[in-house]
Amino acid sequence: MQAPVLEIRNISKHFPGVIANDKVNLTLQHGEILALLGENGAGKSTLMNIIYGLYQPTSGEILVNGKPVVMHNPNDAIALGIGMVHQHFQLVGVMTVAENIMLGSETVSNGFLRTRTVAKRIAELSHRYSLDVDPYALVEDLPVGMRQRVEIVKTLYRNANIIILDEPTAVLTPQEIDGLFTVMGQLKQQGKSIIFITHKLKEVLRIADRIAVLRGGKAVGEADPKTATQATLASLMVGREVILTVDKTPAKPQAVVLDLQQVSAHDDLGQPALRNVSFQVHAGEIIGVAGVQGNGQTELVEVINGLRKADSGRITIGGVEMTNATPRQITEMGQSCHVPEDRHAYGMVDSYSIADNLVLNTYYQQPYARGLSINTRAIHDHAQSLVKQFDVRTPSVETAGGSLSGGNQQKMVVAREFSRPIKLLIAAQPTRGIDVGSIEFIHNQIVAKRDDGVAVLLVSSELDEIMALADRIVVMYKGEVIGIVERAEATREGLGLLMAGVSA
Amino acid sequence: MSQRSFFRGTSLLSAILMIVVLVLAFLVNTTALHDNTWLRVLFDISTINFALRATVPLILGALSGILCERSGIINIGIEGMMLAGAYGAFIAKVATNDWNLTASLLVGVLAALVIGGLMGWLHALLSIRFRMDQIISGTVLIILATGFTSYLFNRDAVAVGKFSDISIPVLATIPVVGEFLFQLFRKPPLTYLALLLVVVVHIALFYTRWGLRTRAVGEHPRAADTVGINVNRYRYVNTIIGGMLAGLAGGFLVLEAVGQFQENMTAGRGFTALAAMIFGNWNPVGAFGASLLFGYTIGLQNTLQELVPIPRQFVSMLPYVVTIVAVSGLVGRVRPPAAEGKVYETEGH
Repeated sequence: MQAPVLEIRNISKHFPGVIANDKVNLTLQHGEILALLGENGAGKSTLMNIIYGLYQPTSGEILVNGKPVVMHNPNDAIALGIGMVHQHFQLVGVMTVAENIMLGSETVSNGFLRTRTVAKRIAELSHRYSLDVDPYALVEDLPVGMRQRVEIVKTLYRNANIIILDEPTAVLTPQEIDGLFTVMGQLKQQGKSIIFITHKLKEVLRIADRIAVLRGGKAVGEADPKTATQATLASLMVGREVILTVDKTPAKPQAVVLDLQQVSAHDDLGQPALRNVSFQVHAGEIIGVAGVQGNGQTELVEVINGLRKADSGRITIGGVEMTNATPRQITEMGQSCHVPEDRHAYGMVDSYSIADNLVLNTYYQQPYARGLSINTRAIHDHAQSLVKQFDVRTPSVETAGGSLSGGNQQKMVVAREFSRPIKLLIAAQPTRGIDVGSIEFIHNQIVAKRDDGVAVLLVSSELDEIMALADRIVVMYKGEVIGIVERAEATREGLGLLMAGVSA
Repeated sequence: MSQRSFFRGTSLLSAILMIVVLVLAFLVNTTALHDNTWLRVLFDISTINFALRATVPLILGALSGILCERSGIINIGIEGMMLAGAYGAFIAKVATNDWNLTASLLVGVLAALVIGGLMGWLHALLSIRFRMDQIISGTVLIILATGFTSYLFNRDAVAVGKFSDISIPVLATIPVVGEFLFQLFRKPPLTYLALLLVVVVHIALFYTRWGLRTRAVGEHPRAADTVGINVNRYRYVNTIIGGMLAGLAGGFLVLEAVGQFQENMTAGRGFTALAAMIFGNWNPVGAFGASLLFGYTIGLQNTLQELVPIPRQFVSMLPYVVTIVAVSGLVGRVRPPAAEGKVYETEGH
């Protein structure tokens, strides 16, 4: 048998206070797609950064085509035929595709860049792998899926045989994911080996030839996608049984809490984003807002929270008129809370400590404020108890919020929002980009709030999440409510049609 | 898109304006239009010459800013680099007064480049190695240069001689416009060098490997790092070369424009150069156009004063008013390099 194109033996990586990788072994065969599965913080990215020469392993050995190698920087990795598509694309927006691709490996004659030669080569590669990349397009004008293809061409341009895709589907629409999988298939056919990093179980089962699971920095097992199921993979990942469906009793809706009547609003560009939206959320029920992203869900949440002006219509919370009230009025008088879709922009201050992040909406109240000064003791104690209660994994409550893993950041935001007495809960994409364990935790918290009699508005672009949690489903299309469906009567197909704008 | 088309528009407009001014200048200087006082003030060859002379330090300063900022280092210290370069040139010139004039002046230029480069290196060191806020670091350079040059300046020292004009006799043989061009292109060497540098820096920035990498480092350093480019090395090199260009601007003031050093002789030119860089959208040719505009208003104030019965101080304000109006009209239209002013830390451990 041919030597594996890549073999990792006993790789360990220690950071101060953390063991990110602990004696990991991994092999990658010629022309296969290896899925590397693990929760956030399991050490996947660290391992890949070691393979790409960005980190030096503390101990262990890497073999490429059977020969031991040492990589000091990405140049060494590139020379060995290793290419990486980073989760956050490493492209310069104001430059063309060709400039981005040649950067670092420029073709030069007489001191001048040979852009035309490079563009020709890109066009060839693009044609061979049916990637449809235009070398002269400006990167910032391209949609996300196309930028990812540019990144793939970037690795091919450097003659990569081993391509690492770090969470490639996180930013893609379902159609773009299909496109990516087709491309991955093409690459495999042409003899490239791919490492596909993800935490999405369904995708792994669909595309991988072999699955390796990482947990807590250790390789805990391998699975065959032909025999594995989502449940077995999830338990490998988390180390215990995971309930993929949420257990909940039927809802017992009570009085109306949130009432929207004919609400219309504009988006940032001045285009109509919400058109005469009307629906009600009762205490003790979860309303799921489904829809393809960009159909007004963001604006809907902002209007309800007072972050965006409604042009017309009426919003009442608990019977009190709250149309165009300030966010603080809505938070305090409406007793509402908001888990925002972009936690970095709206949910937390990355550079603040966890303790400070946990009082962002209450810092001015007793007991956290004493006159003009802040009661650090009270804030600290408050944080200690919330961190324990909401299972936020951190060395200390004084750690900066931004240094937590995505799942723990989200649990921190949820802890802050859920710990006040509330009547209305608005959660936008509450589990985007976080690991299975955290998703399960947050889902259970949301259901617990519902059972306490809180009215819940859940906005999510993941249909699975809506199906698992919602009692009624509002489908939005082009800023309008195109249908409201009882959960019991909802089917994926029916919702899919509504999301595409086909009303029943 | 609107942004890019806006700048294509302004480049075109400034090119047209430049041609119009040149044609008018030609007509005014060769025909009876010369008798019209206003036309003479606006387009006389002496006004054009004044303007060009005021433009040289601005364009060199703006190029200095462009080199630094395109690689991600904010440079508001151009003024200080310029002043230090001027002083360095002066000292070197005074020390070599009894040499052959050309050799002595060249030593002066060399000193300006070295001192400017050292200032650039200091700025890079403070901003990259010591992660100082780049605005603060730039301010430090200005204060440092002002203080040191004033303290060290010996008022009795005299630099003997300065660069003289180089004429291009071939131009005079061209029919009709020959004489005018001959008059126009009779400039000292550093002026030619500055004009040449506009072209050189523009080509280098957009058509060479070094330029591509510099722009990438200033826009998205992590992207550059992941393809094996040493981000901080590019920043050091660019900031040092940028410092040398600002130093050269100072050398121009001493060795070509004035012939002597005076305390605080840069008098805000570094800041005007900064404005020219912004007005030109961090693009060498654009910055050249902006420098010409500012230089023209500076050149104009000399002749305008004789003509307009308002206090001299108001006429002297003209260049600064034009600068403020020009830059404030650009809010949201220019786009600085995205990673400007941010310390880059590699992820490797």
